[in-house]
Amino acid sequence: MSAVTNAPTVPTFEQHGLKQHSDGDWANKAPVQTRSERFTSTNVEDFPAVTGREVDWRYSPVSRLTALTAGELNGSSYDVTSTDADGVTVGWTSREDTRVGTAGTPEDRASANAWTAFEKALVVDVSGEDAKAVHVRRSGLGGGARGAHTIIDAAPFSRALVVLENSGDALLAENVEILVGEGAQLTVVSVQEWDDTAIHLANHFSRVGRDAKLKHIVVSLGGSIVRVNPSTHLAEQGADIEAFGMYFADAGQHLEQQVYVNHDAPNTRSRVTYKGALQGDGARTVWIGDVLIGNKAVGTDSYEQNRNLVLTDGTRADSVPNLEIETGDIAGAGHASATGRFDDEQLFYLMARGIREDEARRLVVRGFLSEIVQQIGDADLEQRLQAALEAELAGTSVS
Amino acid sequence: MSVLEIKDLRVSVETDQGTKHILKGVDLTINEGEIHAVMGPNGSGKSTLAYTIAGHPKYHVEGGSILLDGEEVLAMSVDQRARAGLFLAMQYPVEIPGVTNTNFLRTAKTAIDGEAPAIRTWGKDVKAAMEGLRMDPSFAARNVNEGFSGGEKKRNEILQLELLRPRFAVLDETDSGLDVDALKIVSEGVNRAKANTGLGILLITHYTRILRYIQPDFVHVFVDGRVAEQGGRELADRLEDEGYDRYLTEANVG
Repeated sequence: MSAVTNAPTVPTFEQHGLKQHSDGDWANKAPVQTRSERFTSTNVEDFPAVTGREVDWRYSPVSRLTALTAGELNGSSYDVTSTDADGVTVGWTSREDTRVGTAGTPEDRASANAWTAFEKALVVDVSGEDAKAVHVRRSGLGGGARGAHTIIDAAPFSRALVVLENSGDALLAENVEILVGEGAQLTVVSVQEWDDTAIHLANHFSRVGRDAKLKHIVVSLGGSIVRVNPSTHLAEQGADIEAFGMYFADAGQHLEQQVYVNHDAPNTRSRVTYKGALQGDGARTVWIGDVLIGNKAVGTDSYEQNRNLVLTDGTRADSVPNLEIETGDIAGAGHASATGRFDDEQLFYLMARGIREDEARRLVVRGFLSEIVQQIGDADLEQRLQAALEAELAGTSVS
Repeated sequence: MSVLEIKDLRVSVETDQGTKHILKGVDLTINEGEIHAVMGPNGSGKSTLAYTIAGHPKYHVEGGSILLDGEEVLAMSVDQRARAGLFLAMQYPVEIPGVTNTNFLRTAKTAIDGEAPAIRTWGKDVKAAMEGLRMDPSFAARNVNEGFSGGEKKRNEILQLELLRPRFAVLDETDSGLDVDALKIVSEGVNRAKANTGLGILLITHYTRILRYIQPDFVHVFVDGRVAEQGGRELADRLEDEGYDRYLTEANVG
């Protein structure tokens, strides 16, 4: 496990004993000074081949991702089912739709590859001030390499919960643009319950408008490699993001999330809380949390945290919080990261009340992760995810 | 009638300075319905006795035995001991984030009884026990011990004692850190549990203060890992006047 605060690498004059640091390829790359100045492009050809030394790939198993970072992607439409709700329509739109690219631009090669490849974008249009929920399900993507694009467009003052449910097999790179109009209140939940073989690289780009609120929740349970990177642009005054994540990595599973919040307007607020559990040999999780408070973002209120619970030997959790502040006039900014083993005193306490060891362990882990599930605000989904957690926990070995 | 017998119990712990022998042959017999106070200066092994009875893995039993109605407690796992009827009210109860008191109590009760408690009577029992301990109803929905004050944690321990109805309870310095009001409330809870279930109690304390509210039948003075003296209530009164100096001097000389 590691918890390091990133210092930008600054090239200096050559000096005796100075060696290339594992942080990156100094000779061939301009140092990234600030998160907002990272190279971006929608064209895959603009990105050099992925080496695994890049700041945003260094924790990922890049050798297993070449089909998505370097291969040709099938960008055709696929089967989607969705539930009905008044004020919500789900359909396909062309690349020329003016909303494409308004929430963000790819910062990595897989993301650009998907952008280059997609033929039509899936659009979830949300309007109407009444609260409503819609579930968008994909389960038949299959094992061929795909690139996809989704737009969730919440009209001003609309309210909705949009759940993206992913299951089955997949070899998928995709971009999701989330547009939260003025005063809108949108919750987006992305649930990854892929088959064991699936590989999924996703970038979620959100743009949150004036006095609008986005709650963004990532739940990653199933899949071989799942990397969901949500970046949020708090673009206008009073914009608010609550970003939650819950992940449970089993043996051999790689679950990653790189969370970026860009405070770019006055009086914006962000809360980032990601919690993960790891069990089994080779279970691997990565959380990188970047928060940028720009010079326009006076009055910013920001806090990010990551917690990992290590249940067995042979796991690795990386947790890297980064905070950049360009204005002194803020309400608050903080970050926290902790990765810990199962607390034996908690176990003793519960067992001293007659509770069997395996049940005591489940109780503690369930409690640890439930905090995130409780945030969803959809009773059915919460119940289903609790059940999914139970299934993960049923595999908890008693050691 | 149930009986808890501790025979020639020898216990050590591993420290940075090597193995440290803490209990050096403890003999104690507690019958159902009896209250035994174990008193002694800091470091005499009182808490070690408590945690060894409960089965904390930190404490290594070098010899002796603990028998509950003739059955060897030392052969049981921590949870088996609790299900056999032993209870430890801890000095520093841990916080368990994300697990509500309600859920915890029901899970523990189900484990101890071997079946889930009847929903209607259980809810009433919990509510009544909480009222008895002057616990705000909100404590049911709060996570176990999370954000509780020291006194609230102790009340939560006694709440469990009342609801789980053990045959023998070890109270490990339950009085420490309590103001006089909280001390009275907690003591009432212990006395109520005894009146309702007739359990035997091993009351571990540094001070005589709690003995004003919980009347011991026997008092044992612990010094350097052994019972140095035992007697009735009057021994506690004498300790209140004289303190532990007499025993410490003897221990130092011996």
